[in-house]
Amino acid sequence: MADRIDVRKTYKLFIGGAFPRSESGYSYVVNDAKGTFVANAALASRKDARDAVVAARKAFGGWSSRSAYNRAQILYRVAEVMEDRRPQFVLAVQQSEGLSASKANAAVDAAIDRLVWYAGWADKLTQVVGNANPVAGPFFNLSTPEPTGVVAVLAPQESSLLGLVSVVAPVVVSGNTVVVVSSYERPLPAVTFAEVLATSDVPGGVINVLTGSASTVSPWLATHMDVNAIDLVGVAGDTTLATELEVAAADNLKRVRRAPASEPNWSLSPGLDTMTDFLEIKTVWHPMGV
Amino acid sequence: MGIFEYAPAPESRSILDLKSSYGLFINGEFVDGRGSSFKTISPATEEVLAEVSEANDVDVDAAVKAARKAYDKVWSKLSGAERAKYLYRIARIIQERARELAVLESLDNGKPIKESRDVDIPVVAAHFFYYAGWADKLEYALPENAGSSTDPKPLGVAAQIIPWNFPLLMLAWKIAPALACGNTVVLKPAETTPLTALLFAEICQQADLPPGVVNIVTGAGGTGQALVAHPDVDKVAFTGSTDVGKAIARSIAGTGKKATLELGGKAANIVFDDAPLDQAVEGIVTGIFFNQGHVCCAGSRLLVQESIAEELLEKLKRRMGTLRVGDPLDKNTDIGAINSAEQLARIRELSDIGEQEGAGRWSPACELPERGFWFPPTLFTGVSQAHRIAREEIFGPVLSVLTFRTPSEAVEKANNTPYGLSAGVWTEKGSRILHMAGALRAGVVWANTFNQFDPTSPFGGFKESGYGREGGRHGLAAYLKGGE
Amino acid sequence: MLAGMSALATDFSDVTRTDATLRRFLHGLPGVDQVGAEARAAALGTRSIKTTAKAAALDLAIRMVDLTTLEGQDTPGKVRALASKAMRPDPADPTCPATAAVCVYPDMVATAKETLGSSGVNVAAVATAFPSGRAALDIKLADTRDAVEAGADEIDMVIDRGAFLSGRYLQVFDEIVAVREASGSAHLKVIFETGELQTYDNVRRVSWLAMMAGGHFIKTSTGKVQPAATLPVTLVMLEAVRDFREATGQMVGVKPAGGIRTSKDAIKYLVMVNEVAGPDWLDPDWFRFGASTLLNELLMQRTKMTTGRYSGPDYFTLD
Repeated sequence: MADRIDVRKTYKLFIGGAFPRSESGYSYVVNDAKGTFVANAALASRKDARDAVVAARKAFGGWSSRSAYNRAQILYRVAEVMEDRRPQFVLAVQQSEGLSASKANAAVDAAIDRLVWYAGWADKLTQVVGNANPVAGPFFNLSTPEPTGVVAVLAPQESSLLGLVSVVAPVVVSGNTVVVVSSYERPLPAVTFAEVLATSDVPGGVINVLTGSASTVSPWLATHMDVNAIDLVGVAGDTTLATELEVAAADNLKRVRRAPASEPNWSLSPGLDTMTDFLEIKTVWHPMGV
Repeated sequence: MGIFEYAPAPESRSILDLKSSYGLFINGEFVDGRGSSFKTISPATEEVLAEVSEANDVDVDAAVKAARKAYDKVWSKLSGAERAKYLYRIARIIQERARELAVLESLDNGKPIKESRDVDIPVVAAHFFYYAGWADKLEYALPENAGSSTDPKPLGVAAQIIPWNFPLLMLAWKIAPALACGNTVVLKPAETTPLTALLFAEICQQADLPPGVVNIVTGAGGTGQALVAHPDVDKVAFTGSTDVGKAIARSIAGTGKKATLELGGKAANIVFDDAPLDQAVEGIVTGIFFNQGHVCCAGSRLLVQESIAEELLEKLKRRMGTLRVGDPLDKNTDIGAINSAEQLARIRELSDIGEQEGAGRWSPACELPERGFWFPPTLFTGVSQAHRIAREEIFGPVLSVLTFRTPSEAVEKANNTPYGLSAGVWTEKGSRILHMAGALRAGVVWANTFNQFDPTSPFGGFKESGYGREGGRHGLAAYLKGGE
Repeated sequence: MLAGMSALATDFSDVTRTDATLRRFLHGLPGVDQVGAEARAAALGTRSIKTTAKAAALDLAIRMVDLTTLEGQDTPGKVRALASKAMRPDPADPTCPATAAVCVYPDMVATAKETLGSSGVNVAAVATAFPSGRAALDIKLADTRDAVEAGADEIDMVIDRGAFLSGRYLQVFDEIVAVREASGSAHLKVIFETGELQTYDNVRRVSWLAMMAGGHFIKTSTGKVQPAATLPVTLVMLEAVRDFREATGQMVGVKPAGGIRTSKDAIKYLVMVNEVAGPDWLDPDWFRFGASTLLNELLMQRTKMTTGRYSGPDYFTLD
């Protein structure tokens, strides 16, 4: 009896809540960890990056004005749907990173739990990062954090799921929207993740996923005047490029999360800075008097 | 009502699976109590809903032992992230069973389905979600712990005693933070409202919560005393009357037990002449008639600036005329039943005293059902601080109206009480809001709003309204070493 | 009684003597807290109206509709079809009541009048350079007179929002007075375009201004700007007409227009009228819906109540 021929997935970009191919029409070969062909993934162009920024900007007003509780609920829902699709993610991570089944399982567990950890921060950040200030005068003075806006993120090259979640969740939990460029060689978990986003009540444009080359696309994001911040962890180790991007980012004083010398150990517990790097503190004064 | 009388719009009871009798929930199972039993009724119809166990000393001991064992062997060994996931499960199941919980709450408590559906149950779920998210972030919870390399530790076994006015919500306020911080609990719901706590026990089973982490012991004053007095309890959390709160404080003196108390109030709702009047009327109505006035933080004293008193009272009376008193399960009911015969007697007694002391009594015309416990929304004008109805907590839909001339007089009168739970301020002037908020001796100040509750917002009183806070980051202090 | 007003004020000439006196009066009205007002409107929206109450509400809502077409592409044919629909909303059910009025541009009044005959359905004409109101006063008055001469029973004017937002309250007032005069015996509705005024405080102020100037009805919107009618905006206007009657003894009507799409929406408005202004306003003489697609929605609900079945758009006429 002949084996059943499978129906193979097309791996597309995720912009504005929809799954377009690259406007350039380009794709590139993605192999698994053993070098076997898996798919032709969309190769994001500068125009795709531009469109993604537009989508992220459009989504920012709505996403940042939702209650923190609502954002937490949505991120928690993403975790629920990921949990429901665990086997699919385990396979994708195994395939992409060449991990053993148990290590892949651990990575997926960690990714889901990481998302749950960040979801719970939505309605607590203000309490930990903000405060009233006892100024020397009859004024009520309050400092509270606000999201900075549209954030470009170059996702880590090696950790295709845990690393991805660890750089996307802290950005959006506080109300920012994000354009993330996935790992070049290991993009497929990112696409599956985008599919989860599309079915988890995440408004279109809040998280946009571009598969392709960080080094080609990143200069366009780093110079983009409507991007407010950029996370360079995806070019960790490439000091020349990282420096160039930081120089470009200075044109509109983007907040820069610098590239470390090498990709971080994602299994370590993250700190608050992953979120606070993308917050602005607003301080308001008001007189107190009859 | 005129051209269209709202037809009856009853919420169905068919979703409920009421048992004829309930045992205690100890160590993850429903077990028969060893003491006697009592009935819980619907205060709207006096119909018996179920028989409930009255936990005796042996039962209480078994529950505390179960909580201790669960704490030592299971709960304190779990990571915060794992505890969080149990709490998230519970939150989700509450959302899934929201309608069932709302109907049961209204049936057992007497509050309108509109309130249990739109306020109580959603906030219950939100509390579990909020505190679930703290379980794995305790290193950020307490300034007292800053600089330490270890997370703050839980206290151990918490004895929790809750009142009948917001049964499931008070349960959430107690259990969610306690569990998030790593404690295990023995909770006693009020004797007139045990049913949603018992359904919550079922939810704990559905969530696969490890046995003994949550224990529910039903009963009355005796059960509560036994629980508080139990030597193996590390923490007592109580919401209820100031008198019982004081008794608890005395009984734990000299022991190692920590306590947080959330007690009574006699809040001033202060309306200035530049208030947004129509919204102030809504705030006054919400402040004293929401939940039949069975609210510790109720705005039971209206302090209105003398220059607009007449105008405001006219608007208030007109607005009270549209309040619908009736069947709690009718979706159009605004004011439900008084929770018990005892409470009704107390409200009547104090209202009669109000009349005798010379205050002007007024209620809109309303038809009250024959069976059940009912009291129409009522206001007393010409009240001064010397009247008993201005000093004593009535805990019913009765508003005392006093006047003031200046902001400082308002502050003086508002603060002139042993209580200090909440206050309301109505004015369009921002600086005055902030000035008043600073001057009012109350744990919660509502400006241009009233009776707002959110899991992120700390709640608790000054002075004899108790000590400790529930909700928010500050609410964690009650359940961690180094906190309160 | 509003603080500062003596019993039953009917003469506002002191208040409207100058811009400054008018501003002091309007700005002295109680403010509106946005959050509180929206919460009250939302709470009223939770009333459950079923069975007999719902049937009565639906029929009343139909009778309150000003069936509207205000398009550049309107033709006599379109207006004739609309007028027929207004008289006989449901050809399959003769017990269905007629709407209150049709609402058209001034140059379509004559056609509407001819079709409607003595049916009792009124003709309301928008006027005063609707929808923007941006034209000289004499042009706006000529627009009004034109409509009146053609037979309009009601005039829906727009206020000059530019003048209002730049504080020229007296100008807005005087224009309303002039249009009222030009309207003769036709009833005057004053459209605020609340979406452009933005704040509820402005809505309260313009409501009083329009009522003092002699408007018979105050109306939320032209339907050409979003947001159009909303429940909280209408709440503030209902409070204003209630307070105005308290102060002067006079009743003024309220018309939310635009954005009222479903029967559920319409019933929420009626509940709000009932509990805020009072049952006296539950009458087409004192409350109207400016709408077009709402009518078929009401008919569908009405049909479901009588047949017990959910209906479909094929069973209702598109005119």
